[in-house]
Amino acid sequence: MSIAPPIDLSPRLTSLDPAVFEVPTGREVEWRFAPLGAFSKFFQPDENAGFVAAESTSYVRNVDISELHSSWLPTDRPLAVARSSVQKAVVIDVPKDAEVLAPIVVKLRGSADTSYQHVEVNIGAFSTAVVVLQHDLESDICGAVVVNVGDGAKLTMLSIVEGNSKAVHISGWHTTTGRDATFIGCAVTLGGGFVRISPSVTYAAPGGSAELLGLFLADGDQYLEHRIFVEHEQPHCTSRVTYKGALAGPESHTVWVGDVLVRRGATGTDTYEMNRNLLLNDGPRADSVPNLELETGDIVGAGHASATGRFDDEQLFYLQSRGIPEAQARQLVVRGFFADVLSRLDNSIWRDSMMRKISIRLGFPEDQDSNDRA
Amino acid sequence: MGSLVLTDLYASVITDDGELEIIKGVSLVIESGTTHAVMGPNGSGKSTLAYVIAGHPKYRVTSGSITLDGADVLGMSVDARARAGLFLAMQYPVEVPGVSVSNFLRTSVTAVRGEAPKLRTWVKEMKEAMGALQMDASFAERNVNEGFSGGEKKRHEILQLSLLNPKFAILDETDSGLDVDALRTVSEGVNAFRRQSDAGVLLITHYTRILQYIKPDFVHVFIDGRIVQSGGTDLANSLESEGYEQFAPASA
Repeated sequence: MSIAPPIDLSPRLTSLDPAVFEVPTGREVEWRFAPLGAFSKFFQPDENAGFVAAESTSYVRNVDISELHSSWLPTDRPLAVARSSVQKAVVIDVPKDAEVLAPIVVKLRGSADTSYQHVEVNIGAFSTAVVVLQHDLESDICGAVVVNVGDGAKLTMLSIVEGNSKAVHISGWHTTTGRDATFIGCAVTLGGGFVRISPSVTYAAPGGSAELLGLFLADGDQYLEHRIFVEHEQPHCTSRVTYKGALAGPESHTVWVGDVLVRRGATGTDTYEMNRNLLLNDGPRADSVPNLELETGDIVGAGHASATGRFDDEQLFYLQSRGIPEAQARQLVVRGFFADVLSRLDNSIWRDSMMRKISIRLGFPEDQDSNDRA
Repeated sequence: MGSLVLTDLYASVITDDGELEIIKGVSLVIESGTTHAVMGPNGSGKSTLAYVIAGHPKYRVTSGSITLDGADVLGMSVDARARAGLFLAMQYPVEVPGVSVSNFLRTSVTAVRGEAPKLRTWVKEMKEAMGALQMDASFAERNVNEGFSGGEKKRHEILQLSLLNPKFAILDETDSGLDVDALRTVSEGVNAFRRQSDAGVLLITHYTRILQYIKPDFVHVFIDGRIVQSGGTDLANSLESEGYEQFAPASA
């Protein structure tokens, strides 16, 4: 666990203009872990860059960026570069009082080797929906996912990042939950070479609930960063952050930063954040920095936990001593490690498919019929 | 009829500071259908003996042999030993977070039997085995050994014993940490296993208490890495009244 620098309590700098943000040098708290060489391509606008689009369906549209009236403003330089340069946006609109049973699957594709992204997800009041954002990275992509969950609505958003192990990907999520709204946002990060995903949540009204889940797997020399920011300004809101990462060698590096800020007016807040990392062999590095700042003590609960551990050989011995071959025993342990995140995904199809992807990546044997009930 | 044969076995524990010899020349023949109790004081190496037979990577056999029905056990991986018919009920069963008991048991039974049991008969088989050990059905949905009480852990070990039905079972201090009721239940589980199968059993224990419930055919006294005396149940009675001091090395 690294030493957490204090959270900057002043309002975050926001602007559409990239020039407002200094070019990162690596000394900034936000950039101290990141390999800037890879990410620097998104520090200056690229006039040859394309945009991210998706197939249009009943809920999904590709629109001109000028048609958007979103009030969201970028919070760092790459996001400002993307927002100020992107020509098109992908908009997912679910009207109010709708119960959308089937997941809305959105395959996001870049139109050029370097593409900017702007995705907006709007869930109308009292609606329920599941949105699956899929990035199968073929090229470099940088941009935002802006989410508005209306009053009393519930959104489960699953973001799956896979693909080219050299690709650079920056994705800033910004979610605003309405009164008594529920947001479950799960980041599954398996692919990409240099990935930085920063989910942030703010509450527009009391009674909101946010659950941020994450599951990542790094191997080779992948760099995967997840940087969470939850700002409690409204009373009686909850947040739960649960991120689990597995790392295989030889030189993979993961970073998890969980900043939770409870402002003075956010009485009755209930927040807990947790990150666990499992090192599958020697070589990888996992940085884990939970950080909680309370401006009021009048809350229900606040806590954080972080741990990074090596694969437990005693578990392996126990399973093997019951006849289970080593590869299958390892698979059971890794599956078990991810189980509490996966069990939060209501939809078992996605749960099983996530686990299958992880198994394939780690070279585990094919699933047996019953093991999906772990 | 089969046999588990240990011949002049020497083994060391591997530590950061090097290797330390723990097992110092053990020879023992366990025939199918017989129960051997190995009794010894703390630190005598009797649990190490159990781990060495099961193949724990922390220990290295430096000389001697272990054979199961003539096959070389030391050449087998840990899981191959289990599939060959060895079972170790552990003194300290390991927690495996996120893996349910039912998933674990079915995976294990599938590996040892060589094919997946039919789902319908399997559920019935598991429930009956759990019922015999007075384990609630909800047990199957809990994570392996996570948050189990001492008694629950031991019941879970004996549950595996009954489902995996090994040729030879090693019970490492299965009695430790059990109250009288739990000891009786667990012992009855072991006895049921002995009645139903022709397995050989190696019962490792510090106390004679469990021998009131599980009657051994042979008793061996284990001191400082070797068997110093073998006999029948009368030997256990002598240990009960006079303790291990009578066997302490004269030079000590």
